[in-house]
Amino acid sequence: MFPRLHFAVCFTAVLGPTLVHTLCPDTADGYKVRLSIKTALGDDAYKWDESEMFLFRATLAFAMRKYNQKPYEVSDVLVCNETQRVSFWFVVTDPENTSELISGKDVERAVRISRNRINNAFLLTDETLEFLNIPPTLAVPAESGTPPWLIVFGVVIGVVGVGIIALLISSFIQKRRKKGVTEGEEEDCEEEACDKGNGVSHPVEEGADGVNRGFVGDIPFTKL
Amino acid sequence: MSAKGTEVKADTANVEVSKSTGERPKWDNKIQYLLTCIGFAVGLGNVWRFPYLCQIYGGGAFLIPYLIALVFEGLPLLYLELAIGQRLRMGSIGVWNSISPYLGGVGMASMVVSFLVGMFYNTILAWVLWYFFHSFQNPLPWRSCPVFNLTEYVRECELSSPVNYFWYRETLNITPNIETSGSLQWWLVICLATAWCIVYVCFIRGIETIGKAAYITATFPYLVLTIFLVRALTLPGAMTGLKYLFTPQWEILKNPRVWLDAATQIFFSLSLAFGGLIAFSSYNPQKNNCEQDAIIVGCINSATSIYASIPIFAILGFKANSNYEDCLNNNILSLTNAFNMGDQNITIENYETWLTYLNTSDPTKVANLHLKVCDLQTFLDQSASGTGLAFIVFTEAVIKMPGSQVWSVLFFIMLFTLGLSSMFGNLEGVLTPLLDLKLVPTCIPKEIFTGFMCLVYFIFSFIFALGSGNYWLEIFNSYVGSVPLLVIAFFEITAVSYVYGINRFSDDIEWMTGRRPNIFWQANWRVISPLMLLVVLLAYVVIQAMQELTYSAWNPNYVDFPMYEVLPYPGWVCAICVLLSTVPCILIPLVALYRFVHFLKKRVERLRAPSFYENEGYVSDM
Repeated sequence: MFPRLHFAVCFTAVLGPTLVHTLCPDTADGYKVRLSIKTALGDDAYKWDESEMFLFRATLAFAMRKYNQKPYEVSDVLVCNETQRVSFWFVVTDPENTSELISGKDVERAVRISRNRINNAFLLTDETLEFLNIPPTLAVPAESGTPPWLIVFGVVIGVVGVGIIALLISSFIQKRRKKGVTEGEEEDCEEEACDKGNGVSHPVEEGADGVNRGFVGDIPFTKL
Repeated sequence: MSAKGTEVKADTANVEVSKSTGERPKWDNKIQYLLTCIGFAVGLGNVWRFPYLCQIYGGGAFLIPYLIALVFEGLPLLYLELAIGQRLRMGSIGVWNSISPYLGGVGMASMVVSFLVGMFYNTILAWVLWYFFHSFQNPLPWRSCPVFNLTEYVRECELSSPVNYFWYRETLNITPNIETSGSLQWWLVICLATAWCIVYVCFIRGIETIGKAAYITATFPYLVLTIFLVRALTLPGAMTGLKYLFTPQWEILKNPRVWLDAATQIFFSLSLAFGGLIAFSSYNPQKNNCEQDAIIVGCINSATSIYASIPIFAILGFKANSNYEDCLNNNILSLTNAFNMGDQNITIENYETWLTYLNTSDPTKVANLHLKVCDLQTFLDQSASGTGLAFIVFTEAVIKMPGSQVWSVLFFIMLFTLGLSSMFGNLEGVLTPLLDLKLVPTCIPKEIFTGFMCLVYFIFSFIFALGSGNYWLEIFNSYVGSVPLLVIAFFEITAVSYVYGINRFSDDIEWMTGRRPNIFWQANWRVISPLMLLVVLLAYVVIQAMQELTYSAWNPNYVDFPMYEVLPYPGWVCAICVLLSTVPCILIPLVALYRFVHFLKKRVERLRAPSFYENEGYVSDM
């Protein structure tokens, strides 16, 4: 049994790279990655080459380590079908048993946990470094204690309230002052019929028959 | 009016009473009066209705029917209202009662219309405030959809757009149809409260405070429009928008609808027949050149409309351009991903060449991508007016501009001041007649009464804070703010021309301004304007009657969502629509009938028993 096992391990070590070719890209445990470096960085775009690919595999191994603490190596991340786009497929093998693939669900969870770190390693974002079929965790907007609009509302209504109270108080004071002045003036008014209001009142003449001749004269308005 | 002797006495009497409490309030100076009138005339419609009409009616060509309507309909009516108010020194009810007691109904109709319009107009301002409060966040809340379950966006938002979602769901929380009233939205109630408090602060002492507030509310919009103009002209795509707006399509002028819309736009834009202008000018000294005032206000109003449409269209052009580029970029991304080509190999410039090349080399693959056809003209044609322009189209444009918060804040403050200055006219159109009719007990100070008025308005406007509030607002807007005003204006001009008499009116004007109105005004008042108004009124009624009573509802469960679901109004709503249109108009014949009956009764009584003690000098007029 032991020699057979030893033989099996050797056999899969040789088979490792060929395993990729049979599994890529039609495996449920692999994911397609797509990078849009020029869109993200414009003139500062770096060229995608072997070293960048190495960094990617190392970052992914880091993400897997963070996820389940197994000693993943760069060689455990297998890449295939690289295109000019830049896009490629990858699968992750188990460090203890290189013929076994880590299940897609585990890879997905690992990537989601360390997504930010992976993005930052390449100066990219969720949109420019896409893992197809791994939805990015959407940023929940920071929930502040009071919504900011209530604060603005509070300020506005406070200012307006102060304004209303100030105007009411000032008109109250004005009326008090006027009352004091007009009490002095009323004595002058009583000698002749004072005009109050809009209309014109002629001095009232009491005729013998008691008819009020005050409102004589042409009526400027249309007669009924 | 014609006996000059009493007038001289009236003047000296007025001077003597300057110290007593009963004199009529007056403007501090002419500038305040002009700014208030301009503020009343220049409102939200100048910004969100005129540019839309310009766009759909052939750009520059629309200016022709618009200016013709201004000269032959707008200015004569404006001059008439200002002159009448200034001469008779009373609000709308008093003025028409003075001209003929049978026409008192015209004033009442004005007051009722002003009251109804004031109710819903301030709701729009409450919405503006809501957006203003939300403009102080980074990023703006209508930029992206809210997140649901950490992995996906809210479905309603994804299907429509973040801007639409924010307007229909987070602001209005709109119900799927008008029968479902929904509940009172607390956030709208507090925005309404704020709006009414701000209105109250400015309105608290009548024209004393309104005149001072007008310095800001009437001038601030111009400042913001200029800032927007400068900014908008530097945006990419602005020139496309402007070219689209101003390219005249002369054939459109053959469509009679254009002339009708131009006439109605001028009429509603000048805020005629509300009684507000009569109220404002009644606080003027009688010797004031109201002809000059009318020309100034009318011309500035139209000039503002034209001036406002420039930045609006520059920004709409920018938005169309931006949408067009987004559409192209989406297609480019699909092509790049499908053919695994290098990133940024296809750009907007070489998109066409690449597309034809790829189509010839692999047409099935390209067809499977279902690329959208991106046409700049389609994006430019997406026009909107009214609340759609401000709260959907413009907010979308603003998020694409750098420094969105600043532009958003400026835009909404501008809309608020535009609407606020128009609210003053609506409120004065209600307050002045009430004060003149002495319906207000003198023990209540004016401040308390205006506060009470604002409170009543606030409570009534709760209707528009319900879930179905927006549908009700559209109803009020279409049925109250249209036909009744035309009817009132028609009666106004015929009353002055034929009941009061143009000759007498010209005498008054000569006394007030020193010059008789020339042949242009006479011809307009006697013939042209009444005729134009009658034609416009009949055409408008016919068109409204022919329209099916339907409305567009926002229903997330609709099959074709995000398209609007077109629903018919239920029977009871139709009845309300008809009531809103006819009740103000019915008041005119009703009051005439009432007065006539009263007159007949008096006649009969007098014939029966003449009394020595009867005071014949005092002919009752109210």
